[in-house]
Amino acid sequence: MITLTHYMTLSAVLFGISVAGIFINRKNVILLLMCVELLLLAVNFNFVALSRFMGDSTGQVFVFFVLTVAAAESAIGLAILVVLFRTRRSINVQDLDVLRG
Amino acid sequence: MITTIIFGFLALVLVVAGFGVIMARNPVHAAMFLILAFVTSAVLWLLLEAEFLAIVLVLVYVGAVMVLFLFVVMMLDVNVAVSREGFTRYAPLGAIVAGVMVLELLVVMWAVDSGLPITADLASVPSSHSNTREIGMALYGNHVVEFELAAFILLLAIVVAIMLTLRHRPGLKTQDVAAQVKVRRQDRVRIVKIPAETEP
Repeated sequence: MITLTHYMTLSAVLFGISVAGIFINRKNVILLLMCVELLLLAVNFNFVALSRFMGDSTGQVFVFFVLTVAAAESAIGLAILVVLFRTRRSINVQDLDVLRG
Repeated sequence: MITTIIFGFLALVLVVAGFGVIMARNPVHAAMFLILAFVTSAVLWLLLEAEFLAIVLVLVYVGAVMVLFLFVVMMLDVNVAVSREGFTRYAPLGAIVAGVMVLELLVVMWAVDSGLPITADLASVPSSHSNTREIGMALYGNHVVEFELAAFILLLAIVVAIMLTLRHRPGLKTQDVAAQVKVRRQDRVRIVKIPAETEP
């Protein structure tokens, strides 16, 4: 029998993996963005599971909004990345120090 | 019983895909593992009978966002060796932070009595029940303002993405419609009166 605990444990493990990914891939902006997408997926997982087990569809509506914002965020993030690569010829986080005081 | 086996298999695939995303040496492989993670999650959401969101996840994420990611990854010439520097140095720290975080989440779920139905089985819904209809009623009923806001955010994303990546190169010969419309007759045509030749 699959209960809410199973789904929430899976979601917590996925969240942990993506947080570890943010630490490991701290040089590459594209991989950081991918880890953020994975993080949002883990959060959405919790929303869907809780919504179904508590019989309230508002959670699924919230997932819809999270998907919208995540899609907008990745589109703008990748656009910034393209502009960055055009001007600096690199997407290494260490090279992005033009704003330092 | 069969549901438990399917769930276990899908959960295993999802965790392996998650590790693939963060461990992959090549960003293209990481993107492929992320696609696998999204598809597996969509199937798990189908198992939860959240059909609408499962379809939307595949359409929006695999169909649009991941294609965009792959496009950018392949367009940019990323130096893999430089971006892998410090991998072993930061891996233990990342593992410790992630482990503590998962532990905290699990402790809250297992030890704290939050009133959630954590041991209940999934309430079965009749086959006539439509998940899409239910979400549609909520989206266009109670949450219509938020829905419009989401549409505005998407419009903003389109405008910002185009504005950021649009490039005006100097010296490029392009059609300037405004200048074409602005031009007047006297700028282009000059009527010169030439007296007719007469017999000397």
